Amino acid sequence: MPRIRTIVPGVDPKLLIKDAAKLIPEPSRRLFLRGAAGLGALTMLTGCNIIDSDAAESTLAKISRFNDRVQALLFNPNKLAPTYPESMVDRTFRFNGYYDEEDAPEVDGETYRLEVGGLVDDKKSWTLPELYALPQEKQVTRHVCVEGWSLIGSWTGARLSDFLKRVGADTRAKYIWFQCAEGYSNTIDMPTALHPQTQMSFKFADETLPRKFGYPMKIRIPTKLGFKNPKHVVAMHVTNKDLGGYWEDRGYNWFSGL
Amino acid sequence: MTAQAVATSARPPVIHPAWVRITHWVNAVAMLIMIGSGWQIYDASPLFGFEFPPSIALGGWLAGAISWHLAGMWLLVVNGIVYVTLGLATGRFRAKLFPIRPRDVVRDFVAALQRKLSYDDLSVYNAVQKLFYLLVICAGVVIVLSGLAIWKPVQFQEITAVFGGYDTARYVHFFAMATIVAFLVVHVTLALIVPKSLRAMIIGR
Repeated sequence: MPRIRTIVPGVDPKLLIKDAAKLIPEPSRRLFLRGAAGLGALTMLTGCNIIDSDAAESTLAKISRFNDRVQALLFNPNKLAPTYPESMVDRTFRFNGYYDEEDAPEVDGETYRLEVGGLVDDKKSWTLPELYALPQEKQVTRHVCVEGWSLIGSWTGARLSDFLKRVGADTRAKYIWFQCAEGYSNTIDMPTALHPQTQMSFKFADETLPRKFGYPMKIRIPTKLGFKNPKHVVAMHVTNKDLGGYWEDRGYNWFSGL
Repeated sequence: MTAQAVATSARPPVIHPAWVRITHWVNAVAMLIMIGSGWQIYDASPLFGFEFPPSIALGGWLAGAISWHLAGMWLLVVNGIVYVTLGLATGRFRAKLFPIRPRDVVRDFVAALQRKLSYDDLSVYNAVQKLFYLLVICAGVVIVLSGLAIWKPVQFQEITAVFGGYDTARYVHFFAMATIVAFLVVHVTLALIVPKSLRAMIIGR
């Protein structure tokens, strides 16, 4: 099924865009092209309604997949995202999610386990102290939201590539799929997973990752848009199957690389 | 000489060759897509204290708008490359747009305000017209480069740096859009005031 067809409709687009609030599906309406007829000039030019049609939607979905491939080619595994001095870190970093801040998942660090599965040698689950014991480094990079705004933040944690090596992941596999505590998910490409700045983050601005930013662990990927940086990650699977993701399945471009 | 041949030779000369007309109208469609979807994208995180009404934007919501924008980009860029390449290769840019002398711009601008500009020969552009076309071509280059700076601030970080960073590149992209929209308002208005210019862009004569 083309991704773009699976958009959850029936939501005030403003609400969705403003704070990406909870979505309530209403299958009778397609949100994707709602309001698209506003571009009446294009309809008039061609003499037929090419915009608000299934053909337009499936064409756009195909082009989005094509753009995934172009971005994979553009992705240079050795090119680092720009880094900044710590003085530029935004200490009042913005919360953003598809839920309200007070509804952010509450994960108990005592009982937390990171489940590791798929094409890996060692499928044992990881406790938080075990994860904290991994070699860590700090990065000060720019978080770019799909909405357009950006903020500089500081994240500290372990390189995902080191962790994948440690668990004996098959790095010839195509994807890594992340599952979050409350059900959010992302699938990312292996080259991005192996990028030196892709990080399992445990701290923001030198403090334990607060609940709103994804306690206890977020995957920080400075080469991808913010929505491809999952928070409250509880499971990680190495796979050859694209398992999609929350926003990816609702019409956002899958690769979303920066 | 047959009557038909006489009729043919008597036809007015071609003002706009086919490649100009085709790239012009493909560009018109690409611009509508890019501007409409760009306005919807802007609304997700407005730079200024206003938003574009959804009724004149394209895509319905952010993901739809981004899909349109990043599809329309191919149409815009491929068509733009064809246009610029042929414009340079055929010498049309040089012949039509240059030279632009400041004195002529002032003279023609005053004449335009006094409605004394002649539209008899559409194949010769007046100095104000030349300057406008040159400016909008430059705005086109800036909007594509600033767009790349926003789309790929890591892979194309050198371009992003030229625009003063990611956040500044968004403003540059916006003002390039505003310049193009301002051009379009004048351009479309004048085309409607001088309908034969519209005809020339459709049938070439």
